[in-house]
Amino acid sequence: MNSEIFSNTVRFFFLILLQVLLLNNINFLGYVNPYLYVLFLILFPFNGNQTLFLLLSFFLGLGIDLFEDSGGINAAACLAVAYIRPAILRFSFGVSYDYQTVKFSSTAYGSRFSYVAILVFVHHFILFLLEIFSFAHLLLLLKKTFFSGIFTIVLVFLTLALFNRKSR
Amino acid sequence: MQQIINFLIRNKNNILFLLLFAFSLFLTIQSHSFQKSKFVSSANFISGGIYGWSSGVKSYMHLDEYNQRLLDENQLLRNRLAAFEDTIQVKEFVDSLFDNQLYRYKTAEVINNNYSKIDNYITLNRGAREGIRPDMGVVTSKGIVGIVENVSANYSTVISILNSNSKINAKLTKSDHFGTLVWDGEDPNIVQLIDVPGLAPISKGDTIVTGGQSLIFPEGIPIGTIEEFTLDRTESYFTIDIRLFNDMTNVGYVYIIEHTQKEEIMDLQEMNQDE
Repeated sequence: MNSEIFSNTVRFFFLILLQVLLLNNINFLGYVNPYLYVLFLILFPFNGNQTLFLLLSFFLGLGIDLFEDSGGINAAACLAVAYIRPAILRFSFGVSYDYQTVKFSSTAYGSRFSYVAILVFVHHFILFLLEIFSFAHLLLLLKKTFFSGIFTIVLVFLTLALFNRKSR
Repeated sequence: MQQIINFLIRNKNNILFLLLFAFSLFLTIQSHSFQKSKFVSSANFISGGIYGWSSGVKSYMHLDEYNQRLLDENQLLRNRLAAFEDTIQVKEFVDSLFDNQLYRYKTAEVINNNYSKIDNYITLNRGAREGIRPDMGVVTSKGIVGIVENVSANYSTVISILNSNSKINAKLTKSDHFGTLVWDGEDPNIVQLIDVPGLAPISKGDTIVTGGQSLIFPEGIPIGTIEEFTLDRTESYFTIDIRLFNDMTNVGYVYIIEHTQKEEIMDLQEMNQDE
């Protein structure tokens, strides 16, 4: 339990720094940036305290906003994802989703992919909706959500593959 | 009473979510309204410090380019000075000169720069301690960059011209017709000049400069050249695409412009409104 707290704390701060110092400067094709910090929301223990999770994801987003001068868009997106995460979990892992047993590293590939994909796309959609703040740029919104979402998902799985060795 | 408390405890996650979500929406809406100080901005001790540290590392990679820019600018200034020396005698080091100049320039380094979003901001490593105030103009030797929005002791944030909230008065050098400079959020090298009267004679390649109708920028600071233009449906106003002189993706060092008599003018204008 202690190592879990430790690794989540380290992940929290490391992901914020990685996001603002490195990933926000990629600007692939002008506007495509990965938002790898959602990895914190993906990996937060499934059986963790939901109230704590809501608070932490709010501060994670606010931390990013602090650097990006973007008001509260990351905070709102993270918070919304954290709030609906139990529903996404139930949808992706089906009946085997039980608050006590399922661990991210021990799930099937298909359901794991759908879990990550849904979470990332919901997060990005809310994020860019609030950033653009009008439905007049609907096409731009969908374009940004789609391409940044794919970029993020690829990076999430690469990162997982990179750091997953010890759990096997 | 017991029931109310039970209800609160049972729904604590929902209530927490709603409260925090409302708060973040409030911050978001606040960030979309023009020219308001924000609670959450990168002009603070933590993010300013971290950005300052990282730009200290990054700026080494661009040193050659920044040197070249400085040399170019020095050359231009020396040529101008030489042109003046023919007609009037320029004394070296006249301190009283600084008392009556209308605009005062201060240098700063860009420590964070966005250009991929709709609302972009720039963070500078100078703040209130060096005399930076909100609503000062920010330029480079090539052209305009933005307007100072938030200021902390050592850092300040700038609304980039690549921001949907930015509206800057600009004019055509050829005919002195005025327009408003905005950005549509697409290409960081192209901004739009709107509300230019349909009578104005314009052609591709014309130069656009700042208009001098505001107290923020002096007149005649270069912005860019006309790339494309269209008349609106009623044929009364032009919308003009402008290619910026500045490469907004690599700004480096900037000048902050202080209008020394701004307060006096503002006071005067306020007096008119009171009456």
